[in-house]
Amino acid sequence: MKDMTFGTMIAVFEEIFGRWLFWGMVVVAVVVTLAYLYVLIRDRSVSWRKFLWAQLAMPVGAVAAVWFLMAVTHSRISDIGGPVDVIVLLGVAAMGAVGAAILVYTVQSLIWPPERDGGV
Amino acid sequence: MTVDRNVTISRRGLLGLAAGGAVLGAVGAPEAQAQPVSTNANIVIIGAGAGGTALANRLVRRLEGADITLIDPRQDHLYQPGLSLVATGLKPASYVVSKTTDWLPRGVTLIAEAAEAIDPDAQTVATSGGQVLAYDYLVVAPGLVLDHDAIEGFSLDLVGQMGIGALYAGPGYAARTWEAAQQFTEEGGVGIFTRPATEMKCAGAPLKHTFLIDDIARTAGNRGKMEITYAAPQGALFGVPIVAEKVRMLFGNRGIRTAMQHTLKAIEPGEKRATFTTADGETEMEYDYIHVIPPQRAPEVIRQSGLSWADKWTDQGWVECDMATLRHLRYGNIWALGDVAGVPKGKTAASVKWQVPVVEDGLVAAIAGTEPVETYNGYTSCPMITRVGRAMLVEFDYNNDLVPSFPGIIAPLEELWISWLMKEVALKATYNAMLRGRA
Repeated sequence: MKDMTFGTMIAVFEEIFGRWLFWGMVVVAVVVTLAYLYVLIRDRSVSWRKFLWAQLAMPVGAVAAVWFLMAVTHSRISDIGGPVDVIVLLGVAAMGAVGAAILVYTVQSLIWPPERDGGV
Repeated sequence: MTVDRNVTISRRGLLGLAAGGAVLGAVGAPEAQAQPVSTNANIVIIGAGAGGTALANRLVRRLEGADITLIDPRQDHLYQPGLSLVATGLKPASYVVSKTTDWLPRGVTLIAEAAEAIDPDAQTVATSGGQVLAYDYLVVAPGLVLDHDAIEGFSLDLVGQMGIGALYAGPGYAARTWEAAQQFTEEGGVGIFTRPATEMKCAGAPLKHTFLIDDIARTAGNRGKMEITYAAPQGALFGVPIVAEKVRMLFGNRGIRTAMQHTLKAIEPGEKRATFTTADGETEMEYDYIHVIPPQRAPEVIRQSGLSWADKWTDQGWVECDMATLRHLRYGNIWALGDVAGVPKGKTAASVKWQVPVVEDGLVAAIAGTEPVETYNGYTSCPMITRVGRAMLVEFDYNNDLVPSFPGIIAPLEELWISWLMKEVALKATYNAMLRGRA
């Protein structure tokens, strides 16, 4: 890559998803993250019951993220050809897992506000 | 190599991301931009392909008051790196097609006619519509022409039938190439994959087509029913020796035969027979599928203009220019850009991406009366697809040195999924960003 600046990367991402979809996804990610921080601050504790559900969502998110990437790129697990591919695969899975966990926790907290359900 | 390994994140960019939706789309490309140079120069760019379009988008930001005119009759802009994927059924023909006018900036003029004559002494370009344009600076970026007539017995009408493929000819022909190739992957037989003796666009493409057809047949369980031969006029499988050796090993591993120093001369479609010229005379080979890539030359208007090399590539007519600055060696106000440039490497979109800033810098410096600083080192990149789902990210320069963009992370001669992902996901996006002058 020539001149891989932040601006170039933004330009490439805009081209991959289209300008509106890309910035829409950035907004969604930021909103979900802010909502997550909001419920943590509002509740002043982690609800472990909700966290358990969030954890259960993690494998689903990981598999979904990998499946989505493979589906849109004509790829299979057997295409993994070297260490960097394993890192990419794990990275995609990790992002899917964390994203799903944050989403599930936040949605639960917004729907069912503070309970005395084992919060520490 | 001029790769900047430091990923620079500007403070403005970082704030932009943090602000997220609040600045929706307004962040754009937060790049430091030099003060525009004021000029009333007449700049003519012949060709609105990858090179001409990217250059126009950059020049409008660098120059104020310049009269920039592009001359190109083609309505459609083609994303040519995608043709290999169309010819193997992985993408539809529409994947590579957009409108020329979709990418051009405001403030430039597009004349949708062909350039018919260039007079570098009088500094004029005549078009097919009878216009005569005077220029102060000229950039020749018309691409190249595929000389299909040079293959006796071959006609574009035949593509897709009788086992004939020709993916270079355009999106429709690439899609028809897949019709013929798909039949071959299902029924088997003898497949011959050729390349021309001339300089050519993306020397990796003939290899990619071979690898992909082999892989698709293998996945379908039909590889045992076919013989595959790669026939090329050259003595090696690739211009860069270390890559040629790697491809030789992969071909050995896949059971792909080679017929080196074989130049396709003629085909007899009815008989399904191809004639090759070799050092020992002519030889005939029968086929069930043949992939034809014809000789490639500079457009006639360039060859007739006196801009070509007189002592090199005389049958091809590439523009005589300095290999580092791309400036014409006899006319200081003319630059060559893209496929038409008479330099030893660089007929790829990746090369164009490296060449455009060099021509931009040379042109702006000439207008401003300063010294240009950018040079082109022959950088060429080829995501060499070796099967569906894997590719090798091969990058090299004039010296045949490998110049990996991600040293220590993406090994250049390893078949990797990440390189395939880059081809599938990021390459067209990067290309589009380049067209807009943003990458």
